[in-house]
Amino acid sequence: MSVETASKPIVSVPAAPVDTRSASLRAVYIIWYRDILRYWRDRWRLVASLAQPLLFLLVFGSGLSSSLGSAFGRGTGISYIQFMYPGIIGMSILFSAIFGAMSIVWDREFGFLKEVLVAPIDRWAVAIGKALGGTTQAMIQGLILLVLAPFVGVKLNLLTVMELVPLAAVLAFGLASFGVALASMMKSLQGFQVVMNFLMMPMFFLSGALFPLTNLPGWMTWLTRADPASYGIDPIRRVVLANSGLPHVDSLGLTINGQVLPIPLEAAIMLGFGAILLGVAVVMFQRRD
Amino acid sequence: MAETAIEAKGLVKKYGDLVAVAGIDLEVHGGEIFGFLGPNGAGKSTTISMLCTLLTPTAGIARVAGIDVMHDPAAVRQRIGLVFQDPSLDDQLTARENLEFHAFIYSVPAPDRRRRIGEMLEMMQLTDRASSQVKTFSGGMKRRLEIARGMLHQPQILFLDEPTLGLDPQTRKSIWTHLNELRSKKGVTIFMTTHYMDEAEYCNRIAIIDQGQIAALGTPDELKAMVGGDVVTITSDQPEQAASEIKQMLGVTPSRDDGTLRMEVADGKAFVPRLVRELSAPVDTVTLRRPSLDDVFLKLTGRAIRDEEVSARDRNRAMASRWMGRRR
Repeated sequence: MSVETASKPIVSVPAAPVDTRSASLRAVYIIWYRDILRYWRDRWRLVASLAQPLLFLLVFGSGLSSSLGSAFGRGTGISYIQFMYPGIIGMSILFSAIFGAMSIVWDREFGFLKEVLVAPIDRWAVAIGKALGGTTQAMIQGLILLVLAPFVGVKLNLLTVMELVPLAAVLAFGLASFGVALASMMKSLQGFQVVMNFLMMPMFFLSGALFPLTNLPGWMTWLTRADPASYGIDPIRRVVLANSGLPHVDSLGLTINGQVLPIPLEAAIMLGFGAILLGVAVVMFQRRD
Repeated sequence: MAETAIEAKGLVKKYGDLVAVAGIDLEVHGGEIFGFLGPNGAGKSTTISMLCTLLTPTAGIARVAGIDVMHDPAAVRQRIGLVFQDPSLDDQLTARENLEFHAFIYSVPAPDRRRRIGEMLEMMQLTDRASSQVKTFSGGMKRRLEIARGMLHQPQILFLDEPTLGLDPQTRKSIWTHLNELRSKKGVTIFMTTHYMDEAEYCNRIAIIDQGQIAALGTPDELKAMVGGDVVTITSDQPEQAASEIKQMLGVTPSRDDGTLRMEVADGKAFVPRLVRELSAPVDTVTLRRPSLDDVFLKLTGRAIRDEEVSARDRNRAMASRWMGRRR
């Protein structure tokens, strides 16, 4: 046996300081950039992700619109398809934000996450980079649907679009952070189905994307107000419809105790939700082993 | 030999009652290729993970590139390159994009990025495929790209965990050519684990690890010298009879594996004619060879380590990664 033992004492070498802060900021950028690159490269996904909103609008929307007729708008002159259209933009943002974040679980499964996690960077960079990547993708997925406005009888102008960009960004950020927090807790792709069925779909149905959140049964009123997506979709709807000559949309919108919430407050609720969930994600990522 | 690249003293990792690594001492010199050899479950991956700061040791100390792994993991990670056992590339991205990603998170200075990426692609012979998506790469190409990536931030030590697992023999050989080139051109210290005995021969020094402990450490020749002289194997229809005859007449105790008898003798060339002359039991074949690391392992642990022994999980994983590689 020739087991070698170190003969000389172990000497400590002072380590040159590693600047992890600026490395982490660079990491946020490159993690975000990778998401955008993959999104752009996967153009079929872009096209395919338009199919679902189109189906909702054309089939579900047109169908309900004609069977409800003028009974829907309670005298506001808003047709069902016009009401639903901003909701579908919200749906698109909701789904893409959560799917986007789920790429973390995918990366974990196929090993790439390891490459990121062993790098000499702080773990918060991973959570923030992924949340921003998801936000950007979801925002684009939602705003792309604005090209359909003329087909559903909604008029847009430059001002509307400029108001919609930050609102879409806020909704996307809140939901992408939510997705990253979920993904940081999930160790395998199996949990994904659970998230989809028990979180994403209820969030969508309760968000007011498909029906007005007024005059609902008590328990449902409560649930819809607890759904963060409600606070992101309502302002989008108000901006889209109010600026296209349908000003009475407030009577179909989100109220708390009969009070219409101002748009900045709704956006602040959404941002706060996103910030808290992003904090959860950062804590989850910083756990070692 | 240059300064010490890695040193570990009394390194232990326990998971509850399970002892994965039971106290390892080792010293790896700067610029050498150091092989960590042992069967699956011997504690190789656990040890390499502790040295790379991916796992916190239960006890003991380890210094990598002069830095305590417990004290400053980020500084250690900046100075080491890692090639994991399982693939860790983004196969939607191109080879160059994978390298750019790495250069960013490892703070490679902007003016050096392009040059270093070009140089590593060249060394790993991937230049002409730099702009192809990684999903179109073969297993060997992916491995080479991972090695290129691990070297991008100019680490002092490159750690590779089973770098050739699941690759065909030709590809394995080419990976070795590249690793040797890296060592001679870049002066990087290479620390690798493997359970392929033939590969361990390429290493400057080897530690044989079994059940969480180092059973032997030395150059391949030193280790082989631990086996007495030559290895003679015979096959026979009547191995029982042959074995007892060998023991009585030649004074050697062979070990038996079905119809094969294996013995270690000081001078094989002189032994074989005597063996053939003296035995009355029928002998089908006789082989005489220099001892291999397989023989060393067998002598040290009483068990054989063979490629077939690769666990079912590893085989599945290798197969799955090949299959996924084609599919994705």
